[in-house]
Amino acid sequence: MKKKHWYDWLWVLSATYLILGFFNILFAWLGLLCFFIPLLLSIFGKGKAYCNRYCGRGQLFELLGGRLGLSRRLHTPGWLRSNAFRYGFLIFFLVMFGNMLFTTYLVFSQTRNLGEAVTLLWTFRVPWSWAYHGGVPAWVAQFAFGFYSVMLTSTLLGLVLMLLFRPRTWCVCCPMGTMTQLVCKVRKGP
Amino acid sequence: MARKLAQLPQQRCVACGCCAKACPLGAVTVYRGLYAQVDAGRCVGCGKCAAICPAEIITLVSREEQL
Repeated sequence: MKKKHWYDWLWVLSATYLILGFFNILFAWLGLLCFFIPLLLSIFGKGKAYCNRYCGRGQLFELLGGRLGLSRRLHTPGWLRSNAFRYGFLIFFLVMFGNMLFTTYLVFSQTRNLGEAVTLLWTFRVPWSWAYHGGVPAWVAQFAFGFYSVMLTSTLLGLVLMLLFRPRTWCVCCPMGTMTQLVCKVRKGP
Repeated sequence: MARKLAQLPQQRCVACGCCAKACPLGAVTVYRGLYAQVDAGRCVGCGKCAAICPAEIITLVSREEQL
């Protein structure tokens, strides 16, 4: 049996993050940590330490699919594991992320009203006003709704992949993983 | 010496580190966030890494074929 480390419990934080979003959407801002920490680690020469050790979401999939046995472990289709899909999905993800930032800007510039909804799978707008209690500028709340939409959507996709294929199939196409590996490739040079 | 050995094509590895975590002997490591590498001296060919790899790229090969 391998020794447990403190970071093996980070799945608790990931689960807590998703739950908090149901009570107060402003907690969504904390998700930026999952965005900056992996990038900073790879930029400063720690490789993919985030994916390898600290990714709470990966641990959550491992726990649900592996130890709890929820994964059907079917054969993953080849296209899903291809580099073309990985990079294509990263580009799509970044474009949608840019779109979310633009919406935040529109609310900031008062061109658009705050939308108290979470958009799942970039398509389905789910009313989420119960989790917003005011007290902050509209754009701050808009970013929180937008960022939580990104986090919830990617978790849902990851869960579906976990249920069908291997527990951490999400890692194959995870945009953060692809981005950090790209940083490592750039650091290594040709 | 074990008869089998884990092997993978580096260019298709996503460096997620699932294999390194699964290896009971610490024979698999992720090299600078680029790809996983197997220490042939330590690997006993148990196949745990191959079973967990989400990219399904790890295979067990016979050491004799390697030589």
